[in-house]
Amino acid sequence: MTRLETAGGLIGRTVERVEDAGLLTGRGRYIDDLPVRRDTAHLAILRSPHGHAEISSIDTTAALALPGVFAVLNGEDVARLTRSMTVGVKANVECWPIARDRVRYVGEPVALVVAENRYVAEDALDLIEVEYERLIAIVDPENALAADAPVLHPSLGTNLINERSFRYGDPEAALATADHRISIRIAYPRNSCTPIETYGVIAEYDPGEDAYDVTANFQGPFSIHAVISRAMNVPGNRMRLRTPPDSGGSFGIKQGVFPYVILAAVAARVAGRPVKWIEDRLEHLTASVSATNRVTTLEAAVAADGRITALCWDQLEDCGAHLRAPEPATLYRMHGNMTGAYAIENVAIRNRVVLTNKTPTGLNRGFGGPQVYFALERLVHKIADELGLDRLDVIRRNLVPAGAFPYRTATGGLLDSGDYQTAIDRACAEGGLEALRLRRDSARAEGRLYGIGYAAVVEPSVSNMGYITTVLTPEERTKAGPKNGAQSVATVAIDPLGSVTVKVASVPQGQGHRTVLAQVVAERLGLRLEDVRVNTELDTARDAWSIASGNYASRFAAAVAGAASLAADRIRERLAAIAAAQLNVTADRIDFRAGKLFDRDNPDNAISFGRVAAASHWAPGTLPDGTGQTIRETVFWTPEQLEAPTATGGINSSLCHGFIFDICGVEIYRATGQVRIDRYVTMHDCGRILHPGMVDGQVRGGFAQAVGAALYEEYAYGSDGSFLTGTLADYLIPTVMETPEPLILHHETPSPFTPLGAKGVGEGNCMSTPVCIANAVADALGVEDIRLPLLPSRVSEWLYAEERPSSKPQDVAPVATGASGERMLTGAGSADVVATRDSVWTMLLDPNTLKAIIPGAHEVRKVSDTHFRAEVTLGIGPVKGRYRADIRLSDMIAPEAVTLSGGTEGALGSGRGTGRVTLTETATGTRIDYRYEAAIGGKVASVGGRLLDGAARVVIGQFFQALARHAGGSAPPSGAAGLIQRLSNLFRGRG
Amino acid sequence: MPRMNAAQRHGVDFTLNGRRVRAEAENRMLLSDLLRHEIGLTGTHVGCEHGVCGACTVQIDGKPARACLTLAQQVRGSDVRTVEALAPDPAELSPLQAAFRRHHGLQCGFCTPGILMSLDALLREQPDAGREDIREHLSGHLCRCTGYATIVEAALAAAEEQRKEETTNA
Repeated sequence: MTRLETAGGLIGRTVERVEDAGLLTGRGRYIDDLPVRRDTAHLAILRSPHGHAEISSIDTTAALALPGVFAVLNGEDVARLTRSMTVGVKANVECWPIARDRVRYVGEPVALVVAENRYVAEDALDLIEVEYERLIAIVDPENALAADAPVLHPSLGTNLINERSFRYGDPEAALATADHRISIRIAYPRNSCTPIETYGVIAEYDPGEDAYDVTANFQGPFSIHAVISRAMNVPGNRMRLRTPPDSGGSFGIKQGVFPYVILAAVAARVAGRPVKWIEDRLEHLTASVSATNRVTTLEAAVAADGRITALCWDQLEDCGAHLRAPEPATLYRMHGNMTGAYAIENVAIRNRVVLTNKTPTGLNRGFGGPQVYFALERLVHKIADELGLDRLDVIRRNLVPAGAFPYRTATGGLLDSGDYQTAIDRACAEGGLEALRLRRDSARAEGRLYGIGYAAVVEPSVSNMGYITTVLTPEERTKAGPKNGAQSVATVAIDPLGSVTVKVASVPQGQGHRTVLAQVVAERLGLRLEDVRVNTELDTARDAWSIASGNYASRFAAAVAGAASLAADRIRERLAAIAAAQLNVTADRIDFRAGKLFDRDNPDNAISFGRVAAASHWAPGTLPDGTGQTIRETVFWTPEQLEAPTATGGINSSLCHGFIFDICGVEIYRATGQVRIDRYVTMHDCGRILHPGMVDGQVRGGFAQAVGAALYEEYAYGSDGSFLTGTLADYLIPTVMETPEPLILHHETPSPFTPLGAKGVGEGNCMSTPVCIANAVADALGVEDIRLPLLPSRVSEWLYAEERPSSKPQDVAPVATGASGERMLTGAGSADVVATRDSVWTMLLDPNTLKAIIPGAHEVRKVSDTHFRAEVTLGIGPVKGRYRADIRLSDMIAPEAVTLSGGTEGALGSGRGTGRVTLTETATGTRIDYRYEAAIGGKVASVGGRLLDGAARVVIGQFFQALARHAGGSAPPSGAAGLIQRLSNLFRGRG
Repeated sequence: MPRMNAAQRHGVDFTLNGRRVRAEAENRMLLSDLLRHEIGLTGTHVGCEHGVCGACTVQIDGKPARACLTLAQQVRGSDVRTVEALAPDPAELSPLQAAFRRHHGLQCGFCTPGILMSLDALLREQPDAGREDIREHLSGHLCRCTGYATIVEAALAAAEEQRKEETTNA
């Protein structure tokens, strides 16, 4: 492609963003800010508290009877009006946005309530009664493959939903003849780049036209529009999807709003009015979307000098409970660059996709890169160590040579441009590697733990829409027809006053697309930045778009800005022809600058841009023959390099391939196990830079998220499928205090395949930084099996081996076994009550007394002398809900002792427990001793241990204080304080 | 405070961005919902509703506070300021806002209003605030886009500018 000449000087400058004035003054228009029709109702979603269970019954009578409730829907109601969502592999399995007969992850939608406002809708959720039959949950992907593992989808008959093997070159021969075979096994955890704005949908249904109109903070890809339309059972032109002007971040995550588009649209249809849904944070963390966790074994054939001659990948991908579109794309996005930055000719890949009782996965910044590069770059590090070579030498020895671009990789990728050697040399020199090594040596000389890590990464951008079909067999692909390309689109329009508007389908999520597009188009047309206005709202009923539209795969700078440049040039060419006729020169002499078109050889011979530009509106008859209109030009651009997969499974999965080389120095504190990033250098080649400030903003933002993934963030599950990190107090996003400032360097080698020479840049550090930090920690500690996140507790185990139980005798008898992996709570305490033992005994067995003293009790019913049923509302952190408790009494020794055992069940979770209460006569009344052990599961377990333990302490304390008050004489203040004190000592002792 | 009934809406009189307002709210309604959905000032954003992310931060009687952890009824008689009050004029940014724009202290802008309200209070109470004070106050906010460095730079620039301004005026 010929390079465009761009002399105007706007592209490549760090101009102020046109987006910012509105965002800084509170005038942003995010989804929850948009005006809605006055009759709009609000949707709330009842979600599964269990990781795996059959739904025995759902009773919505009480919820429907609540004033202000318009509709209540269950899975069958939704299924009647929709179809299963498309699944991306050939498999006998359905994929619904709401559970029908079975729940398969904590947080899976079970019922929908439409009510006059969100408060009432959430009240109604509490009134829905769901009976579950619990099943054994599968959380670990390897366990999901066991012969006796419970199967999530009976129709599938297995949890292994897809398996494919690929072979490029002759990996077996390379392994057989290699000097060394070196392998590594990696378990990459789940996490999410979770944006600060959650999902939101506003949906409307027009029964007269059988058409849906939905606004959602969806980010694309708009291939998902086809999935939504099919699920809604309408042609695409009756499924209008729009996006709001502003979005509060996405990082891939807002692709996952689409199942809720379906739910809200159906709810609007049933309720007969527009429906709005804004997700809350607990819903978002629990059930929006997650990156995949992956178990990888990677083996390399290695020559004595460290040269890698073959790579054998075995990847086990965990996509959660359902394979939702576009999965298993995470596993295939990197397919063309599975050899990273290295020239390795022989590759074998076995890809398996497994389903487990966890949240379905989807797009997440870095998409597949963190998992692949963690294995590859840990392995390269290990190869150097095992062969006694310098790690940097091993990286350099294997790099794709600088003169080899465009370079075809073994797996079919076409690396467009680069000079990896120079980029690394510059990073080492300008990043101060020598000084860093001295710093490490002197720290080690003082006995401190210090390590240096590297990572070399190829960052793919502009995805080939056909790469996901690599998962199909060649026969299946032939049958389905070829898929390839990556259509991007931009429109440049000129109004009757000659001012310019640009329209694209890029759906920005905060990156500043409007500014960059104004720079590009203004420069091409010789205008000022403020002369061009850009609109990035997308409306599928009105705008130009394609399946590749949207904000993902770092496609903006390379593809969308490029398309805008091409559209501007088409208009420019015609404007030049019009001006040439009026200025009496040939069109090739016309130049554009400062709002004028002029004769390059005689700049005084000029005409204003507005006058030429408006001619198509006011006087089309005066245009020179053969010159088309200049009112509106729409350009679709798809690069020819993005071809469909070959018969042998080769795929150029992305158009552009940037390069990153990172250097990290870490210190680990022996006393705490804390990892501190001492220095971080990140070198980027993202082709031509369009806006340096924004590029560095992307790098810093990706880096901060990667620091979170490396050190703090994990979507943690109990072995029963309970989700354990449902608040931002448990899922730890780095604050300013935890985010170091990296040194950012650039080495530009423009892409020959994109109109502006630009490549993507936003995802690279999510791929390079976690493994770079891990390599530094491995260097510091000499540990091979580095697992993320590098929490102090985990690092301490490497430092000091696993923590042993305290040798101090503990006065709590029941020790939690945690057989099911639920959160275990144990405790003991005592209280003094000014009442006789007999009267305390009577009170404990009297439902009216219990109702008065159980915190949050609505009702206590005596089923028999030894069986009670209670309804209570309890709030723990952000999780407040109504629970039904079933309590049985046993081992009764009246009036001395009784064992209470039972379980609770509620929308937010479940608990089982036993408690032994003993009553002893004292001088002033009765002393109550109790000890308990309880297991908590479901949504409530997601608020995390520190809140739950504290809440249990408080609730039990309140119970006995209330008992003491009810007994007619309050316990001595010291008694209550003593109880809390004893309990907190106890918990501190356990912590 | 008068006794309130859960089933009813009750009046809330307070000062909002310098003007007296009267709104109606159930006693369980959050201040964030009152501002956004009853009064229609949507500049205050809601990110977590449990007080961690800081996006909903407003000023109540001059002090930064989480609107998602405040009941609407709690601001009776108080002086509440939101991000909409920061700019001196609709067409002009405050020095702090302008510094954010200049230093690229925002990307998606969702967390930004809360951060501005915290920093505005800090720079008023502690005009000599330095890098560590700013970082300390920012640590109550989560930003997922920027990696924070440009926010710190913007705040430092605004503090510097404010000090210069005061020296000139003195």
